[in-house]
Amino acid sequence: MKPVTVVKEARAFLKVLVLTLPILLSAGNTMFAAGGEHSDKPGDVIMHHILDSNVYAFEPFGEVHLPKIVVGGFDISITKHVVIMWIAAAIVLLVFASVGGAYRKMTAKNAPKGLANAMEALVDFIRLDVAKSNIGPGFEKFLPYLLTVFFFILLCNLLGLVPYGATPTGNINVTLTLAVFTFFITQTAALKAHGVKGYLAHLTAGTHWSLWIIMIPIEIIGLFTKPFALTVRLFANMTAGHIVILSLIFISFILKSYIVAVAVSVPFSIFIYLLEIFVSFLQAFIFTMLSALFIGLATVHEGHDEHEAGVAHH
Amino acid sequence: MLTSGVILLSGGLLSPNPGLIFWTALTFVLVLLILKKLAWGPIITALEEREKGIQSAIDRAHNAKDEAESILRKNREMLAKADAEAEKIIREGKEFGEKLRAEMTEKAQVEAKKMITAAKEEIEQEKHRALDVLRNEVADLAVMGAEKIIKSSLDADTQKKIVESMIQDLASKRN
Repeated sequence: MKPVTVVKEARAFLKVLVLTLPILLSAGNTMFAAGGEHSDKPGDVIMHHILDSNVYAFEPFGEVHLPKIVVGGFDISITKHVVIMWIAAAIVLLVFASVGGAYRKMTAKNAPKGLANAMEALVDFIRLDVAKSNIGPGFEKFLPYLLTVFFFILLCNLLGLVPYGATPTGNINVTLTLAVFTFFITQTAALKAHGVKGYLAHLTAGTHWSLWIIMIPIEIIGLFTKPFALTVRLFANMTAGHIVILSLIFISFILKSYIVAVAVSVPFSIFIYLLEIFVSFLQAFIFTMLSALFIGLATVHEGHDEHEAGVAHH
Repeated sequence: MLTSGVILLSGGLLSPNPGLIFWTALTFVLVLLILKKLAWGPIITALEEREKGIQSAIDRAHNAKDEAESILRKNREMLAKADAEAEKIIREGKEFGEKLRAEMTEKAQVEAKKMITAAKEEIEQEKHRALDVLRNEVADLAVMGAEKIIKSSLDADTQKKIVESMIQDLASKRN
């Protein structure tokens, strides 16, 4: 990361601090003053920040009640995380619509510049170092999914770090949905690569038939642990960072000390904030990387020599 | 802090929310489809084209380098050949000049020898001729002297014998 971005992000964080100060102060005041059973406990405030809700609060300016929609018994209300997700989707669409337009106009002789150049580094990284090196030949048809999932998760992660933002990827429902996409793509790719017979044979892991009673359940569980791992990894990472930042800030309120606020809470939460920017990129990358890896594992051909040769090649 | 831990475990962190799942799936699929058409297609095509372009440029550069090297090698060979040729010509010229000089010297020597011989022969002939003339003259003078002597003396025959023997003596001494 360039120093300039770090400075910018640090400035953004200071803005967050300034903007969230009223909430913190009000929460602190109630605690400092009353400390009674009816006041907001730090845990409640943290959970309020992390969890989804039907109310988009813009403290101290007021709040927006989001529409509640129920279709056929299912509650498909627009929530805070849905709104943020749409903002993330809109940003990704805007950025890549303009970048795609630039590439459409460009001939092979032109060099990319500006935004197109910046995005090209990321796209090429996903294309070569994530997709090509993990999936091998035929990686092109998985590229749109991998690229979309990377940028979508990245934007969702980063939007949790801006003022009034929230982290959709810190919600297990969102990460579960994305992991299920990877699961279906992986299984479809495996079925296409091996056929139904090969797919079923893969479940026995090529062992003797007497071991099938053990191997088949293990392999089936193995199919589901992969998306489960993806779900929990992203959700836990994004949630944990926010809980840590908020906990560090609340230390000063719990201890009712300005010295702790200046010496511990602010510097440590700035540090964790910067770490979170890194984690945002890292987790988006890991989700994409593991998706590519699972697709690669599922589509690899039975000849293990071939597979090893492919691995050694990279 | 204990209470917050309890809240974390019991709270809504892991509660399912079908609405959010629905919206996530819908949003993601729409983004995927739109981006596939708008962005990933052109970007990946452009990247692949550029990769191919760079590869072909590298190949072309390698070919050009090989060609230049072969031309350079050929030029060097030609230069070496020309050098050898020039040396050969010079050497041949020198040899020819040497030979010519030797031939001319020999010819001149032979000529000179011939001339010397001719001159000697001529001198010899001239000498013979002169000797003959001298001999006749001497004989005539001697005869005239003898005439006078004989005229003055009585016995001409005896005197002549003496003179002839004297001439014979001269001729044998001369030869």
